[in-house]
Amino acid sequence: MAEETEDNITKIVVISSDSILPTDAAMKVYESEDSITIKETCFGTMVNGPREAVLKVVKTLRSMDRNHIFVKERGFKPGAEVRCRAGRGGGPRPGFHFLREEVNMLPMIGRALDKYEAGEPFEEHEAPKKLDISKLKKIIDSEL
Amino acid sequence: MAKVIIYPTNSLILSDMVERFGHEPLAMMEKIKKIINTVGVDSPPLNITPEEPKRGLKYAAVEVPAGVRGRMALIGPMIELAEAGIIVGDSSISFGCMGCARTNELTKFLIREKGIPILEIKYPHTEEEGQDFVYKIAEFLKSLPSGSDEK
Repeated sequence: MAEETEDNITKIVVISSDSILPTDAAMKVYESEDSITIKETCFGTMVNGPREAVLKVVKTLRSMDRNHIFVKERGFKPGAEVRCRAGRGGGPRPGFHFLREEVNMLPMIGRALDKYEAGEPFEEHEAPKKLDISKLKKIIDSEL
Repeated sequence: MAKVIIYPTNSLILSDMVERFGHEPLAMMEKIKKIINTVGVDSPPLNITPEEPKRGLKYAAVEVPAGVRGRMALIGPMIELAEAGIIVGDSSISFGCMGCARTNELTKFLIREKGIPILEIKYPHTEEEGQDFVYKIAEFLKSLPSGSDEK
């Protein structure tokens, strides 16, 4: 893979918002005057380009709904042959499973961020305990 | 701005939260980017060469599988740079490039051994746990040196 002469980065922008659609985010990126490339995906967009330009665009995207838009860096460029499904005969790309698991949690995280920003007091919640073995045994016996 | 190592090292949520609260996340993605963009290495496209397990010897013994040492060649230097750490356990999603259980154990051990401020929590499954998760991470990040309010 050829070395990139510039300091190019790729950011994954995941949209988990009720008011912003991935298309809206993509349109916002298209409005940008910087020389960046984007790829629309099912969870949001991938933005690739010079570091400064990408950071600027990501900041704009985040400001659209900052508690419900999440961003992380990506090692591979959009469409990189070793990762892109197009060249691998379909199926989820490596790394997608993890992203999908975390995307499922994002609405919850977004709501919690809203509460944190609103200054709602922190209440310690007791975690549900695991089922005791003796209790489980009783349940099994009762079923029989 | 503190350098915060996150575990799982490729987590979207953690990477975003650390950045959101004004710190620098030390994540796997940047390392991967560096390694795949380096020219002159004889093993494209991923550029993982026999050198990586050798570098990993600094963190794991020679009897340890090459896969662990290869991964540690990427994760080890990040741990060395770290000024704080967030470890999230109870993850059903430690697979893919995070899928090596021994590497995960060693990573967590080395972070704990380093003597830096650490937050250990679990992935949330309910709304209440989600609130706990976010509040704890936010307070931890704010307590770090030169932590700022949300951008």
